[in-house]
Amino acid sequence: MARIGVFVCHCGENIGRTVDCARVAEELGKLPGVAHAVDYKYMCSDPGQALIKQAIAEKGLTGVVVSACSPHMHERTFRRAAGGAGLNPFLCEMANIREHCSWIHEDREAATDKAIDLARVIVEKVKRNVPLETIRIPVEKRALVIGGGIAGIQAALDLADGGAEVVLVEKEPSIGGHMSQLSETFPTLDCSQCILTPRMVEVYQHPRIRLMAYCEVDAVEGYIGNFKVTIRQKARSVDETKCNGCGACQKACVVKNVPSEFDERLGKRTAIYVPFPQAVPNIPVIDREHCAYFKGRARGMKKDACGKCKEACARGAIDFAQEDRFVTEKVGAIVVATGYELYSIGKDQPAAGLKGYGEYGYGTVPDVIDGLQFERLASASGPTAGKLLRPSDGKVPKKIVFLQCVGSRDPAKGIDYCSKVCCMYVAKHTMLYRHKVHDGEATVFYMDVRAAGKGYDEFTRRAVEEDGAVYVRGRVSRVYRDGDVVKVLGFDTLNGTPVEIDADMVVLATAMRPRKGIEKLAQTLSVSYDRHGFINEAHPKLRPVETNTAGVFVAGACQAPRDIPDSVAMASAAAAKVLGLFSNEMLEREPTVARVDAALCAGCFHCERVCPYGAVEHKEVRDRKGNLLKVVADVNPGVCQGCGTCQATCPSKSVELMGFTDEQIYAEVNALAL
Amino acid sequence: MRVGYYPGCSLHGTARELDESLRAIAPPLDLELVEVNDWSCCGATSAHATSHLLSVALPARNLALAEEQGHDQLLAPCAACYNRLASARHAVACDAALAETIEDVLGRPFPSTVAPRNLVEVLRARLDLLRERAVRPLTGLKVACYYGCLLVRPSEVCSFDDPEDPVSMEEVVAATGATPVAWRRRLDCCGGAFSVARTGSVVRLSRAILDDARSAGADAIAVACPMCHSNLDFRQKALVRRGETELPVLYLSELVGLALGLDAGSLGLGRHFVETKGFVERALAPKPAAKPPAGAAKPATPKPAAEATAGKETV
Repeated sequence: MARIGVFVCHCGENIGRTVDCARVAEELGKLPGVAHAVDYKYMCSDPGQALIKQAIAEKGLTGVVVSACSPHMHERTFRRAAGGAGLNPFLCEMANIREHCSWIHEDREAATDKAIDLARVIVEKVKRNVPLETIRIPVEKRALVIGGGIAGIQAALDLADGGAEVVLVEKEPSIGGHMSQLSETFPTLDCSQCILTPRMVEVYQHPRIRLMAYCEVDAVEGYIGNFKVTIRQKARSVDETKCNGCGACQKACVVKNVPSEFDERLGKRTAIYVPFPQAVPNIPVIDREHCAYFKGRARGMKKDACGKCKEACARGAIDFAQEDRFVTEKVGAIVVATGYELYSIGKDQPAAGLKGYGEYGYGTVPDVIDGLQFERLASASGPTAGKLLRPSDGKVPKKIVFLQCVGSRDPAKGIDYCSKVCCMYVAKHTMLYRHKVHDGEATVFYMDVRAAGKGYDEFTRRAVEEDGAVYVRGRVSRVYRDGDVVKVLGFDTLNGTPVEIDADMVVLATAMRPRKGIEKLAQTLSVSYDRHGFINEAHPKLRPVETNTAGVFVAGACQAPRDIPDSVAMASAAAAKVLGLFSNEMLEREPTVARVDAALCAGCFHCERVCPYGAVEHKEVRDRKGNLLKVVADVNPGVCQGCGTCQATCPSKSVELMGFTDEQIYAEVNALAL
Repeated sequence: MRVGYYPGCSLHGTARELDESLRAIAPPLDLELVEVNDWSCCGATSAHATSHLLSVALPARNLALAEEQGHDQLLAPCAACYNRLASARHAVACDAALAETIEDVLGRPFPSTVAPRNLVEVLRARLDLLRERAVRPLTGLKVACYYGCLLVRPSEVCSFDDPEDPVSMEEVVAATGATPVAWRRRLDCCGGAFSVARTGSVVRLSRAILDDARSAGADAIAVACPMCHSNLDFRQKALVRRGETELPVLYLSELVGLALGLDAGSLGLGRHFVETKGFVERALAPKPAAKPPAGAAKPATPKPAAEATAGKETV
């Protein structure tokens, strides 16, 4: 026979004002199986907890119901108290008569009746509770960081400096990400590469970081503390162990006109290349799509079309026969830092919901460029060696028009969010322009200037007050080429007049979008993403770098548009979270996970299909002779998050969520209905 | 295919040639135009400037009639009619209270199942048929496609094409074998209904359109709106300066009709103020057996030739 103790809390006036707590205790005391019922002013206080402990000891209670606030608030407190008195903590439950009752009602009589019902329900549940044990799982103290931009670099360095082993995977031939393409950075105008490249080198030389550039994550199995990651090492066609980065192969390469991705197609590169001189690792890659050797092969030529790089390489590092390789790494945590790409301005769009701006002439008018292209034009390492020259004829532009919010905040184009960095980098562009072309005129079309951040507003003011940028509030309707100039037709909404500007160049501040392929990676990792493809954080305020999958963390612009300081802060936060995780020898998990009754399970695997966390595995059931009887579902307690979807789906009722079994739930419903 | 037909007042008056040419090209394009019985004014210009309820109720009445008469699509060749029908439908879809009021006003149920269609939309849905049956492709003729303001805007109402950079008319013109030229004022306003009230404004706006089309090398302007046609064709004598050549303004349906080998008279081409004879003669002139240029066969993108080549020079 159950001996349940009920403890009704007044929460000062919070519950006591609306609910007659004494009557609740009195009514509950009359229920069969309730051995003890009291009310008290503050149950969570030390004397309150002592009441519980004392009752457990003196009355030999088999279960405890605390009628008080939300379990989110104090379940842990009371379970610890119950545990302290020798009761299994999972035999203690809370009935929420504050948020669910006293705070939202005024009629004392009715509220008291409701509080009695709420507590009664939980009493019926606790009668059927069974002792549960905390799950303990071992932790692999290595971390995987996906993406080698500034966020990934920062996370990897913080982790490695904190003592953890790190595998850093980057899909491009070099780490550095978008930050390595930038000329100078706001709000301090310090040279981007100057502050970034030392960090890149640090990553390369760190004894605890294994850098895997030109690699991609192919598959992820396992769960928090115990992930098994398959990584594809894309064929560089260059033997990394032999190459010393001398650059002779690039000088010898006959294909010299491949549009450079690093220079945003404003410059050229060879077919065997490193993206930029400071690349880390400084090992070239053969771009097989453009390489004469591989093109000849593809055409079925018997004789090799080219082999200049191989001839030029003194160390014999060129390996045309290299193929993609797969390596497996065991890690305990994963940080996703895949970054962003720019919204595509023209008609061709990567996703169905997106629309472009055909009227802005991007792609057909050469002097209409995007923000990253401007960065390359302004960069000392760029295609013009830092001289600001327009792409069409190489002249110095005397008038540049900047358009903000191209794509961003335009639901008609499929992007309703603010890209956050554009107001700042446009202000920076106008300054860089004026610093390079002293008589240049910069005009900015804006919706409003969003410069929230330390030193940010001062920075945009500087662009206007010291460097003479002209800000026009309004949108541009059309951009087209008219002879030697680029015509910009817009509207000044403050003056209420149409504006027509003959510009030499137009720069479009396009929206930030998550990287192509992010959905596939998110699915591989079982993390959720929003309709734009940005990775969802577990809680927008309180768990900003965790995801809904335990052990997977997020940093930088793959979560939302982020600038460099934000990305770095997030990366450090994620690293701290991972180090916190790694500080334990064993991980403790709540035992409220699903469990399959193998005797009942018919092996339909509905549960496997609905499980958002990939926690359901296949288990073979054999007889004593080892003959296979059937294959049933089995829940990995390390992965299961206890959502209960499998339980609701199972046609044979053979999955139960521990602590929330069907029997318990039905008992609760019955208690209300009877 | 059977389609409800809503000519509107223009097609019975100033835009008779649009009505005639449409009826002429319908059979070869497998279209059966069934005029809605007892149709009334759509309320363009005056109603929506004076009474919101009336501006919705008038088009709703016509849509309800089409529905009763068993149509699921209603072709409104006049851009203003199309815009009113589509706007009314949009307003009712977004406002449940208004939908109820409209049913009260109409005295009949209005489930709004009929989709209004404009001229361009209907022709674009038949591009394959048009290419196949264009016995007299308009090879070598350059046409400036003029959308005006009502055909593609507002975007939430007229969602069939990009409101700022549309391509549908160019696709139809390319299917006739003619070459759509790239020009800039194809979405500008011609002055619309102010033709009488503020002629000066119409002259200024329409002249800019004509000038731009001419400098882009167009042999004619294609329109899909009686109001635009009226301003550009009827007012053209007042628009052109001394020494400037006149530019024929053709309805898209007339161009299609020429390509389909129909007779200029049956298409109403004799009703224009600006002489179309020269254009028609060039259309009729026997052409070398060569196929239309590659650019004309596929949906043309409206980019100036100069810019397209300049784009390649990007460093």
